[in-house]
Amino acid sequence: VVPGVDSAARQLCFEWGPAEMLVCETLFGGRGGEPLDDRCQQSPTPRRFLAGAGEGRPSSSSVFVVRKDQDVYVQTLRKLFNESHGIFVGLQRSEEELAGKSRKAHLVQVSKNYRSVIRACMEDMHQAAVSARDPALHSQYSTQVSILSAMELIWNLCEILFVEAAVAGPLLIRLLDWVRLHVCDVNNMVREVLSSENPSKHELFWNVVDVFVLQGRMDEARHLLSKEASANPTSLTMCRVLDDLMKKMPVPSLGNMQTLTELELKWQHWHEECQRYLQDGTFASNSHMESICKVLLGDENAILEKKELLTTWYHFLVTRLLYCHPTVKPMELRCLKCLSFIMSCYLPPQSSMDLFLGGESSAEPLDIILMAAFEFEIHQVIKECSIALSNWWFVAHLTDLLDHCKLLQSHNLYFGSNMREFLLLEYASGLFSHHSLWQLGVDYFDHCPEYGRVYLELHIERIPLNTEQKALKVLRICEQRQMHEQVRSICKIMAMKALRNNRLGSALSWSIRAKDAAFATLISDRFLKDYCEKGCFSDLDLIDNLGPSMLLSDRLTFLGKYREFHRLYGEKRFSEAAKLLLMLMTAHIAPCSFWMTLLTDALPLLEQKEIIFSAEQTYELMRCLEDLTAGKSDKQKFQDDDVETMKVEMLRLALARNLARVIVKEGTLEGS
Amino acid sequence: AMEDVCAKFVSQKVSKARWRPPPAAALRPPDCFATGSWDNEDNRISIWSVGDLGNVGLNGEYQGEPQLLCDIRHNGDVMDMQFLDQERIVVGSSTGDVTIFRHHQNNQTLSANQRWEKAHYHVDRGAACGGAACTGVICNNPEIVTVGEDGRINFFRADQKDAVRTIDNADSSTLHAVTFLRTTEILTVNSIGQLKIWDLRQQRNEPSQIFSLTGDRVPLHCVDRHPNQQHIVATGGQDGMLSIWDIRQGTMPVSLLNAHEAEMWEVHFHPSNPDHLFTCSEDGSLWHWDTSTSVSEKPSFLHQGGKTSTFFAHNTINQSVVSAWLSNDPTKDRMEITNLIPNQTLSVNSLDVLGPCLVYGTDAEAIYVNRHLFA
Repeated sequence: VVPGVDSAARQLCFEWGPAEMLVCETLFGGRGGEPLDDRCQQSPTPRRFLAGAGEGRPSSSSVFVVRKDQDVYVQTLRKLFNESHGIFVGLQRSEEELAGKSRKAHLVQVSKNYRSVIRACMEDMHQAAVSARDPALHSQYSTQVSILSAMELIWNLCEILFVEAAVAGPLLIRLLDWVRLHVCDVNNMVREVLSSENPSKHELFWNVVDVFVLQGRMDEARHLLSKEASANPTSLTMCRVLDDLMKKMPVPSLGNMQTLTELELKWQHWHEECQRYLQDGTFASNSHMESICKVLLGDENAILEKKELLTTWYHFLVTRLLYCHPTVKPMELRCLKCLSFIMSCYLPPQSSMDLFLGGESSAEPLDIILMAAFEFEIHQVIKECSIALSNWWFVAHLTDLLDHCKLLQSHNLYFGSNMREFLLLEYASGLFSHHSLWQLGVDYFDHCPEYGRVYLELHIERIPLNTEQKALKVLRICEQRQMHEQVRSICKIMAMKALRNNRLGSALSWSIRAKDAAFATLISDRFLKDYCEKGCFSDLDLIDNLGPSMLLSDRLTFLGKYREFHRLYGEKRFSEAAKLLLMLMTAHIAPCSFWMTLLTDALPLLEQKEIIFSAEQTYELMRCLEDLTAGKSDKQKFQDDDVETMKVEMLRLALARNLARVIVKEGTLEGS
Repeated sequence: AMEDVCAKFVSQKVSKARWRPPPAAALRPPDCFATGSWDNEDNRISIWSVGDLGNVGLNGEYQGEPQLLCDIRHNGDVMDMQFLDQERIVVGSSTGDVTIFRHHQNNQTLSANQRWEKAHYHVDRGAACGGAACTGVICNNPEIVTVGEDGRINFFRADQKDAVRTIDNADSSTLHAVTFLRTTEILTVNSIGQLKIWDLRQQRNEPSQIFSLTGDRVPLHCVDRHPNQQHIVATGGQDGMLSIWDIRQGTMPVSLLNAHEAEMWEVHFHPSNPDHLFTCSEDGSLWHWDTSTSVSEKPSFLHQGGKTSTFFAHNTINQSVVSAWLSNDPTKDRMEITNLIPNQTLSVNSLDVLGPCLVYGTDAEAIYVNRHLFA
């Protein structure tokens, strides 16, 4: 129950706190939650309601606890968080070592590693979706699969354009790979045709050939074409010509063996050749081949006719580039005036678009994001992703990677930290709100130079410490980072806990670890009190083993030394014991309240057959006794019970007798 | 080699990993292990198979990845876990419970077989949260010994409902681990750097011997005994230091070996090849300590001076190995030390070795299996 809530007010003020929780009050039975926050509304997965507590208030109202970064709570995604954590840490570590070319290659590799983690996670999620019997669960998994697949699509494009920053030539090849990898809708059709007994008779045969041509998969297209040629002798010549054109098509190579000018020249020749065949009507009798030839020529309308096979606007874009402008430079992508036109051909969006906003067809974040990427608007990409995706994982890691590519330096946010740091902080805070993933968050905070430390300090104190082992793990994190304040506070919590459980030994260990003198004193007093009450020490194994930590507090020193006295006494090393006892008082190690006990302890030593205290020592003992009794006011003296008075009298007597014996003895020794 | 290691992310932080002991007569390597998780809302005991039969993937490639056979919820963090026999696992919980789970291999299910609720507890056992974490479990079928944050030692028998014996306040600090020294003696380590021997034949509730680290009282977290030479004991401490003790002499460790940069969570002598030792740590590393090379290459180092020669007078088996662990100055040419995890990040909480197989589990929610340890 949240204190101070006015039940008349319908909605509680809310804010994202450091614990990443949102508290809001709603009218239960109404329409569920009031509008909360943009992020929450857009979440594709059901929100997480943890507690509904409305005790002592009108039954209609209840308080929900809504968690912010709810993707953190998806089981399968934990794999993504954990595996990418390793990659992230590796990336930060490698930062200084590499320079120049190897650095770029390394960054591309890192990017690929991130993507393979996304893919692996996607596969797991897919498996889970397949095996899920509950329809709700199934659709939840399927949604996650789509989100992961969209994340991978965006990441891959960013990898090509920003991380690898492919140059003219290779750029197109990469984009083709990208399209082939992600346009999977046609794969079933391809498989069906290829596995049929007689592919060229299959009704979708030409569709498949088109797919290959549109994706620039010339070898495969030619292979199919040869099937058609052998099955249909009438079209043999046509097939041969087309096959020859496909074979000759100049493609940019990754090996940099040819210059761009050479390529452009070859391209020009090839283009003219295609043009000739088209104009002299070579393909006039076969509309399929004619349209393919038009595609080869980059005819926009011919390509647009195959819209269904392209499925998405970005496929269209890449195909058009392939056949119109294979040597496109990165910066030219940006100026492509056709981008918005191309998009407009494909709107309203296909089914793949409503992954993000739960079917709101007016918005198509994926397109906006990809478009922004093609326009090299990195910040726009990140911003749109932040809004569209239900987790911080993607933007945090992508931004960090792009920052390592030195693409984000100039951009500072209004509150002082840069975008990379802001996103990492958000992501790590989400991890910290999780009961189990908090350990991952630590490394992210470590790599946020501006506010990471402060965030870590705030979060780490909020981790519940249910076992000592967990406390040790948290403590290790703090000690490694010299977070003395937090070390002290954790040890104190653990010491208090141990004290409450009557585990004095453990409590003392914890306060020694924190070097907390005050607390050590408090516990030492408890030990001494126990001793006075029971007449024996508990936890001897600990007190006998204090070592140098004894010096932490005066009281602890006294405890250790006093125990040592008992040990010496037990071992019948009386004169050493006596010396120590006296020292405890004269050096003022013992608290005054304990002097009477100490003096009483001296009694049996005074009564020993052999003389233990020398004359000088006896005088000192007497002075201690007088100091003690003189220190008390007359009034107190009256209140002292008979036992106390008797004790003092007995002590005086024993001291006097010892003095007499020792004077005699020492006199005898001197005389001889 | 690293390529022999296969990893699996399991979406839960792994606190313990243990091989299932193979049948007594079998010579083949273990094919099954159990893991326990911690710090989850919903912690689990899981049984995994790494058998290579019927595990060929769709593309024909060998899939070494461990397969989940079955799992069951566990109340609280799994603090320690030991196989009692081939079917039963004893688990110590952060709630203070000690539970025996049975793995039914015919239908691949797990069930709770027996439970001692709040076997470890603080002042008020009845209170809702009165339990104290059980930090260590050791079995010698049918005997089970557990230790806990309450400084208590419990002796159970798998077939008896009540504890056979309990030593309350056996230790004033937290007991971190326990192991059998002999059938009638156990070893415990605690949070103030002490190693204690308890003789179960004595009715006195006090240790028969106390050993301790000098000086800083660095807490000890784990303990293991040499499988053949029972007087050789290895412990691991909070500072990551490996200590080797000869419990027949002195009260201090024979050697202190610098190893990890943070808490050493577990130490294990290889059960059948005890010149190999394995340790893992909070710093995310797992070390393989190998003294076997020295034996073959340096027979001359048997002459070690007074201590070792008297030692040899009493022992006839495995002399050189023993002296390798007990030598006062283990330098590199005598001991080969390899870190088995190159890109360490989060803590390696647990490991187990059996035959040629190693399994370990981490806070990065992954389990790793290496089945060609000595390849």
